Amino acid sequence: MGAEFVTLSLTPILIGCFAAMACALPGNFLLLRRQSLIGDAISHVVLPGIVVAFLVTGTIAALPMMAGAAGAALVSVLLIEAIRRFGKVESGAAMGVVFTAMFAGGVLLLEQTDTSGVHIDVEHALYGNLESLIWLDATGWGSLLDPLALAGLPPEALRMAATFAVVAVLTWLFWRPLKLATFDEGFARALGLPTDLIGLGIVVMAALAAVAAFDAVGSIIVIAMFICPPAAARLMTNRLEAQIGWSMLFALLSAILGYVLAGYGPLWLGATASVSAAGMIATVSGVILGLAALFAPHRRA
Amino acid sequence: MSPLDLVTDHGQPVREDLGHLPLALRGVTVSYGAEPVVFSVDMSVAPGAMTAIIGPNGAGKSTLLKAALGVVKPLAGRVTAWGAPLASQRARIAYVPQRASVDWDFPTQVRDVVLMGLYRELGLLRRVRARHMDKVMACLDRVGMAEFADRQIGQLSGGQQQRVFLARALAQEADLYLLDEPFAGVDAATEAAIIAVLKSLRDEGKTVVAVHHDLSTVEAYFDRVFLINRRRMAEGPVAEAFTDETLRATYGGRLGDGLVARAG
Repeated sequence: MGAEFVTLSLTPILIGCFAAMACALPGNFLLLRRQSLIGDAISHVVLPGIVVAFLVTGTIAALPMMAGAAGAALVSVLLIEAIRRFGKVESGAAMGVVFTAMFAGGVLLLEQTDTSGVHIDVEHALYGNLESLIWLDATGWGSLLDPLALAGLPPEALRMAATFAVVAVLTWLFWRPLKLATFDEGFARALGLPTDLIGLGIVVMAALAAVAAFDAVGSIIVIAMFICPPAAARLMTNRLEAQIGWSMLFALLSAILGYVLAGYGPLWLGATASVSAAGMIATVSGVILGLAALFAPHRRA
Repeated sequence: MSPLDLVTDHGQPVREDLGHLPLALRGVTVSYGAEPVVFSVDMSVAPGAMTAIIGPNGAGKSTLLKAALGVVKPLAGRVTAWGAPLASQRARIAYVPQRASVDWDFPTQVRDVVLMGLYRELGLLRRVRARHMDKVMACLDRVGMAEFADRQIGQLSGGQQQRVFLARALAQEADLYLLDEPFAGVDAATEAAIIAVLKSLRDEGKTVVAVHHDLSTVEAYFDRVFLINRRRMAEGPVAEAFTDETLRATYGGRLGDGLVARAG
């Protein structure tokens, strides 16, 4: 693998890896709290938030996009709670209603908006633009040590790496309260731990990962990574620490294998064009979960 | 009626010193919806004794215990531990929640669960050292579960799970132990093991309060009772407060199997 790989494939793969791990990490806690659907909800409601942020500011800079997405996430949480309370609907149904409605609203808004000058459209919302995040300044592996070339890295690469770093450090720092409050909320409260805040913190962490990943890789990967790697990892072990490790491994495997298969797989099969990397990464994660469900050591009877 | 009761009026204390009581509730009302589950309850937990909280299903026993722990927030009233606000005394209070309140499929080992009892000592990042693990093993040994330390918690029987929860409370090294239905769905051997541990705690001068539903064992297991049916119905030493009269008042027309068992 030479210069061409570094220029065309290295950064998309790295961004995919960081996005996958940043989503899978909080996904472990969402899974154990039976809140996996929240990750799904967040990644959908991000769309109208981003569109509104674009309409208001006229740019697709990272900061307004993030603010718009965060605002939309907040609105959705309030709406879900309101529908659950006043509509007397169970929370799963309330979430389903809110995130599909908000995503649909985002699609309509997008169609009515002139976004021809920027790349923000429904397809991007679903599967991002991973393949286009190439590193033009790279001339080979040596560019990794060349400050000038490094400055030309796609901004998504740094943003995604930073997001994963933040999520990882927060998880490490608050590991004990996270584990305690997830396993036994009553006991955690009796210890004086702020369990509501911890629960909110997990959702905020998931939202941070979802919003950052959405821009680079689209919502399909986000949704898949919140659920598939943690669910497969749970079947591999009976220790939470090991489950986290397995989920990171599965996220990496999905991102790398998915990207390579999307780029080269169709060619091996005689087709002339490659397929969507986002779609293939999500598919690989689903296949890993399927294999784990069939062969993993700690499947439930 | 104790002098304490004379100086309270629905949670408004009139010069009352609660410092000698490990736990005192005054005018505590808890509500999940419109209807209060626990209504204006006063409770005085005597030090160094074993107290059973007794009442019919839905009488608010667990809710009362959770309010006493600050696990649920009361609508009104106040809770003190040794005369001080609850929040300042948490290190002296251990809690055994209902076994069914957690997901036993959670990916963790027996020793990890007991280690959670040391959270106040370990905090966020302090290293788990050999002496911590020694304490964990000693607590497991005390409930007869030392050989199961490495098991995944889902592989235990109901009685074994309950013993693990008790071991976690022991690791808290508290002065007051609050247990929610510790004998629910456990085998006879576990019930005997648990009551032996609780009695040994009492003999060490600790205070034990347990939500209990088996009326036939109250006299054998406990020193004091607290009868509740949304309101406080009776409170005091078993011989005085656990009578046919107070039970009839607490259970109303619903004199359950427990009463029959007690009579028989």
